[in-house]
Amino acid sequence: MLAPFFGTPLTLFLLVLAIALAGYGLARGRALARAGGDARLLHSLPNYYGMTAAMFASVPALGVMVIWLLAQPMLIQNAVLPLLPAEAVETGGATSLVLSDVNRVAEGLDLAVAQGVLDAQAIDALREDPATLRATLAGVGVALGSEVQPFVLAAAQKARALEARGDLIRAGVVIVLALAGALLGIRAAGPAFRARNVVERGVLALLVVAASLAILTTVGIVFSMVSESVNFFSQHPWQDFFLGGSWAPNFRGNSELSILPLLWGTLYISFIALAVAVPIGLFAAIYLSEYASSGMRAVAKPLLEILAGIPTIVYGLFALLTVGPFLVDVFGTGGALSAEGLRDGDPLMSGATAVMTAGLVMGIMLIPFVSSLSDDIINAVPQSLRDGSYGLGATPSETIRNVVLPAALPGIVGAILLATSRAIGETMIVVLGAGAIARFSGNPFEAMTTITTRIVSQLTGDTDFSSPETLVAFALGLTLFVLTLGLNVIALYIVRKYREQYE
Amino acid sequence: MTQTSLLRQDARTVRRNRAEKRFRAYGLVAIGLGMLMLVILLTTIISRGTGAFQQTYLSLEVTLDAAVLDPTGSGDVAQISKVSTFGYKPLLADAFAQLSARGVVQSQLDPDDMADILSPGAEARMRNAVLADPALIGRSVQFDFLTSGRVDGYLKERVTRASIVNDSNINAEQLDLVDELRAAGVLDKRFNIAFITGSDSSDARPEAAGFGVSMVGSLSMMLVVLVLALPIGVAASIYLEEFAPKNWITDVIEVNISNLAAVPSIVFGILGLAVFINYMHLPNSAPLVGGLVLTLMTLPTIIISTRASLKAVPPSIRDAALGVGASKMQSVFHHVLPLAAPGILTGTIIGLAQALGETAPLLLIGMVGFIASNGPDSINEALLSPNSAMPAQIYEWAKRADPAFYERAWGGIIILLVFLISMNAVAVLLRRRFERRW
Repeated sequence: MLAPFFGTPLTLFLLVLAIALAGYGLARGRALARAGGDARLLHSLPNYYGMTAAMFASVPALGVMVIWLLAQPMLIQNAVLPLLPAEAVETGGATSLVLSDVNRVAEGLDLAVAQGVLDAQAIDALREDPATLRATLAGVGVALGSEVQPFVLAAAQKARALEARGDLIRAGVVIVLALAGALLGIRAAGPAFRARNVVERGVLALLVVAASLAILTTVGIVFSMVSESVNFFSQHPWQDFFLGGSWAPNFRGNSELSILPLLWGTLYISFIALAVAVPIGLFAAIYLSEYASSGMRAVAKPLLEILAGIPTIVYGLFALLTVGPFLVDVFGTGGALSAEGLRDGDPLMSGATAVMTAGLVMGIMLIPFVSSLSDDIINAVPQSLRDGSYGLGATPSETIRNVVLPAALPGIVGAILLATSRAIGETMIVVLGAGAIARFSGNPFEAMTTITTRIVSQLTGDTDFSSPETLVAFALGLTLFVLTLGLNVIALYIVRKYREQYE
Repeated sequence: MTQTSLLRQDARTVRRNRAEKRFRAYGLVAIGLGMLMLVILLTTIISRGTGAFQQTYLSLEVTLDAAVLDPTGSGDVAQISKVSTFGYKPLLADAFAQLSARGVVQSQLDPDDMADILSPGAEARMRNAVLADPALIGRSVQFDFLTSGRVDGYLKERVTRASIVNDSNINAEQLDLVDELRAAGVLDKRFNIAFITGSDSSDARPEAAGFGVSMVGSLSMMLVVLVLALPIGVAASIYLEEFAPKNWITDVIEVNISNLAAVPSIVFGILGLAVFINYMHLPNSAPLVGGLVLTLMTLPTIIISTRASLKAVPPSIRDAALGVGASKMQSVFHHVLPLAAPGILTGTIIGLAQALGETAPLLLIGMVGFIASNGPDSINEALLSPNSAMPAQIYEWAKRADPAFYERAWGGIIILLVFLISMNAVAVLLRRRFERRW
């Protein structure tokens, strides 16, 4: 009964740590002993000998454990696949469905055994009559969508057997590795061993690994989205996605999934947001950096930046429950500006969710973003330029318009592009404030939808990761990623290329 | 041409000075608008959210009739638990009938209709009390029952007699009864600790919905983020700032990090869904997965601020350490890192605060749309069993149909903002207290 105990990654992890700790003490003691108790005879400080052993013991063992944990489910899946009848796996989508069924049944059986509801004999007996299994598993908290097919049960049993064996071998390999590493470290400990150099090389390697995690994340993002997008485009024509005119997902198939109406909504909302944020943010930045006293600056700048620290869900709620209803009061039926006469009795605005609602609120969110970026850029313009302008008799506003702003323009354009990228990728405000209807319309008081809202709606709830209606979310995500990345790169390029060199 | 002097400005100067004043005014108006937005936002949050911290309760004396609850008279918990919540329903009607009989209320309503002003969870409340202490059976016990969301809304002036005309959940006679009970002093609003500690409830019971379990979810995620993002971020920054050679690989890493900081958060959600859930088969909706996703999101923030504080430590410190025989690694870990620690901590707290308010990635990994009814018992369960998180819970409430949930969403925002404000305050204090100018 040792297998279940050592099988859990946590106990294994703790065991490796214990071995490493023991190795630390032993190696340190041995190094000191071999130097006759005089630490000065050692090449490195005694602790470094201990650290060598601990490092040798833990790093390879934990590395193998992590790789094993990631690889085992895939290998088991491949081993289980031949057990499934051909007709169940002939289409791409059905395979993953059946496999997830197998996983659930296996998980349910594990739970049932752990809770003592079933034992090995009882499970063997189930082979003749798998029908009762569904109820049994429901009893331990695993709900199944349909009756358990015999081949699913067989596959689940095989998966469980493989998993148990894999866990046992993993435990063995990891423990042996840890012990071997610790022994190696202890054996090496002695006056001639350059422990500090070894430890430091190891630590440097860890630092490099940590730094490359950023690359790994990017690779993960690109890889996960590209592979699913390829999957999507193999099931859905790319012409419809990029050039089609409508967004009408239909879970019975034959969906129209075009990004264009979503892109229109996204850009329209971003445009309104920028129309709010850029003038307010820019003028606020100009006033704060050129006119305001230091006292006012010390108060106003942090207050404005509070707006940037408020979570977007708060803005989303503000849009849905406060700004939306307010706009409906003004532009809806009976409102002061509803323009019912011009539109044959239809008001401009009929519901609280609209492009304007989301755009206005997103604009508020972006004010501090624009203002603090522009503020930094305006402050970077050297005082000598201003002084020269004042010396020629220009007023402060003339100096700002004709000298400071032109000098700061590339930076400000860069800031606006960064704000645009933020607006395009913003999710919660549009999920709550923009609505769910995909259309091309010029009326900003109508509900429209955006790329990010569609990603959320296609990927939440019960999703089937083989249908184009779900997979389209990955293609949308990839488009969004490329779009925002492109904007950022262009922004940085503009800032670098056109930056005035003053020194 | 008219005579001009320093005292009498010519037309052009007047015009230029006016333009100057206008320009200044634009700036002031812009700042004023920004402040106005902030004030409107905060007052909206506070005025709409404070109601969630108060809840209407009715204290009612119920006779726990032994003939109904324990028909065999055994006193055995197993027997008593066979009586479902439905069996407790008549007791409530009896209690209201007694109120009428004692003349506390004059209402002519049928006692069953009277009982409808209580939360649908009232029976379960009694049943739990009885199962916890079977000795209560046969006695009269004073219970504090939650009233239904409509009654609560009536006391908070969200529900009015005009607004309930087409409402099947409550009628004007029941509101009359509420008024009578209120006059009798048994029904009133009071501070609602259950909102802060409790769990979410189903659509039909807004009055019982609480924020506590999602708070635990958020805190578990923050634990994961702290444990992973801080060491990894610090290690990466040390490498890039102190050890990295100037070559194209380092450039690629640096560009990568600054780009990751600008990637929309929802993209990290897609990554989490594809990698952690679909590929690694980590449990859906688990705070562990949320924490992993938020870690990836927070890393660039932490790396950028850590590098800034490492850069702020003057080279003379490193040189002094190297001069007395320390290795490069020792100079960094023994001298530079401790001096940079306050800055690193500040950056980490700000990164955590950002992660705490992030919602979009959590929607994709399934931390919405279900009810985590109990708080976790162990740290393992807190990380692996499905839970919500504070912002995801707010989103969940904002989507529901009953306006009573909106009040709770605003209340949740107040709690979330309290967390964020205190985290930022700690960061500011740390900076003030420990920041060193070289």
